[in-house]
Amino acid sequence: MTGIFDSLRHAVGDPLFYGAVSPAIKILILLFVGILPVITYLVLAERKILGYIQARLGPNRVGPWGILQPIADVMKLLVKEDTLPTQAVKWAFILAPCLVVGPALIIFAVIPVGPPAASPGKLAWYVTDVNTGVLVILALATIGVYGLIIGGWSSNNKFSLMGGLRSAAQMISYEVPQGLALVGPLMLAGTLSLVGIVEAQAKAGWWYLFPQLVAFFIYLVAGVAETNRNPFDLPEAESELVAGFHTEYSGMRFALFFLGEYANMIVISAVATTLFLGGWLPPFPHLLPFLAVVPGIVWFFLKVVVFLFAYIWFRGTFPRYRFDQLMDLGWKWLIPLALANIFVTGLIKLLVHRS
Amino acid sequence: MSEPLLDTMNPDALFADAEDMELNFGPQHPSTHGVLRLKLKVNGERILDCYPIIGYLHRGTEKLFELHPFFQNVPHTDRMDYVAAATNNLAYVGAVEKLVGLVVPPRARYIRTILCELQRISSHLLWLATHAIDIGAMTPFFYCFRERELILDLFEQYCGARLTLNCMRPGGLPHDLPVGWADRCRTFCDAFLPRVDEYEGLLTENRIWKKRTVGIGVLSPEMAIDYGITGPMLRGSGIAWDLRKATPYEAYGEVDFDVPVGKNGDTYDRYLVRMEEMRQANRIVLQCLDKLPAGPVMAKRPRVLKAGKDGEVYHGIEGPKGEIGFYIVGDGTPQPYRCHVRPPSFLNLQVVPEMSKGALLADLVAIIGTTDIVLGEVDR
Repeated sequence: MTGIFDSLRHAVGDPLFYGAVSPAIKILILLFVGILPVITYLVLAERKILGYIQARLGPNRVGPWGILQPIADVMKLLVKEDTLPTQAVKWAFILAPCLVVGPALIIFAVIPVGPPAASPGKLAWYVTDVNTGVLVILALATIGVYGLIIGGWSSNNKFSLMGGLRSAAQMISYEVPQGLALVGPLMLAGTLSLVGIVEAQAKAGWWYLFPQLVAFFIYLVAGVAETNRNPFDLPEAESELVAGFHTEYSGMRFALFFLGEYANMIVISAVATTLFLGGWLPPFPHLLPFLAVVPGIVWFFLKVVVFLFAYIWFRGTFPRYRFDQLMDLGWKWLIPLALANIFVTGLIKLLVHRS
Repeated sequence: MSEPLLDTMNPDALFADAEDMELNFGPQHPSTHGVLRLKLKVNGERILDCYPIIGYLHRGTEKLFELHPFFQNVPHTDRMDYVAAATNNLAYVGAVEKLVGLVVPPRARYIRTILCELQRISSHLLWLATHAIDIGAMTPFFYCFRERELILDLFEQYCGARLTLNCMRPGGLPHDLPVGWADRCRTFCDAFLPRVDEYEGLLTENRIWKKRTVGIGVLSPEMAIDYGITGPMLRGSGIAWDLRKATPYEAYGEVDFDVPVGKNGDTYDRYLVRMEEMRQANRIVLQCLDKLPAGPVMAKRPRVLKAGKDGEVYHGIEGPKGEIGFYIVGDGTPQPYRCHVRPPSFLNLQVVPEMSKGALLADLVAIIGTTDIVLGEVDR
């Protein structure tokens, strides 16, 4: 593998290789080896785990243990009729799913799944390290809201509209505590770069989960709300709004919404892993130093999986909040708590610096 | 009900105000439990007015009763409340027995009680399953269906059918219990109580569940009586009225059981009442199995049942959803002259607009769920 990269590097020259060729290769690998298969199999894992939680088997007809089920699902969605309601606003109706799925996939560019390049000739385990990484993530995640609002509005269906409005209120409300929760680790690390934050955790000797437990909790709750998952799945609450904002969508357009939701789940998990669980770092570096043999990407993946399992677990356990209760929780509890966390973190940091 | 919100023939007239939105909730909506249609006037998510429109499942059952001899009408009753066929059967055959004057043998009375109480459990399980999934809790749905399957298996072993049982006849039962049925039933009952604890463990103390049900859809005792509400809906409002206690029929006078009542008349209290009713039903079944007398299961009866010239009777029993009653008029022929049904779902549904006024859309779903309606019975 490295041999191929090296010969490619010699063929095109260093500037072109690091400027264009290696990012392009990384993006392709990330998309087609990383994210898309993970999403498809996340759906299967969710159905299987929910199945076991609910005393049933889950998919088990297509392939052994149903492992070919996602492929069958994708095939079905691809060949299904893509209906366009006659009363819909056409351009917005088509644009909406793209707005959901596009930003969600772009965010992966700044997430470091492994350590930076060990030596100048090697490749780093991320597409790019932006020095405003956290801001990039927050900014891109915000764009996804437009997809839901536009999709709900353009369908010209009352249930869709209500779903769109709910998602607008919900996602905007929960972006505030989410952003505030991220401030805690940022203050400890002193940098916005995601790679920098992980390296700061390695230097500090502990993951920011421990000093920032409150922020971690707020981020987790806000993240679940941000991705419209149980118990905050109001925009698509089946029993209330039929299917919410995507009621009128079918075929591949529906699949894009679906893809966006799951991509967002992985994004939230990956950001939580990076900021609170030390990204690619192995656990217990002093007690169990031999764990460093395992590549960083494996640790990263395992940590993400923990979050994804929690998502599915929530879905199997909780009823759904009501709309006003959700707003109460966000504005009256999470935001003050997040602000208090920032204050306390700052205070402690100040005292430690003084002494 | 207050002033009707709108004239069904001219639905546009009352929605002239552009501020408020008109929303058709159903008849093809996931949580209207069939084909109930609620015409809503909403402001955002707040419900200003609600007008139920029924009749999408109307099959003319009451007219059908007039066309068949008394004993051939039992299958029609199965198809009214199709998740509680046994209690419907019993209400009908009880009315016919009163009309014709048949005395049911004790063994048949006990077996009928067992079947009805199993039916009550299965109906409540279906209610819990759908109510929970309406509020967003997905898992109890599957747990409830797991136990409901076992009850349906018992029914299948008794009469061959799982849903539309047709398991009673005027004068008794079509056949005795099959060999080993009583033991299998006892095995189920013993295993069932921990299962109820399991459902309660998922929901009763769950903060979100409480937030979604406590204080939602409050029904005051006065209002419940005014609207003719019966069953768990009435008992949830704190009125201990149960026909099994008030006018004991079949074997209910000879078994011990409690009638759970609520305090506040909200969705949460009705939930607790139904959960306790499942336990009590289980207790009744076990007592009946212990006391099960020997003997025939069918009374001596004429080949053709005929009512007297001016025979007229009403017989109501406590179904899982409330008082299910049959009013039968005979005219001396083997068919009823007129048969009217008092369906609990229909009467309980009347109060939904009252309970949902000023609630949010999400509450409406909880309120429909807690009313426990079956549209087959509402529309008949």
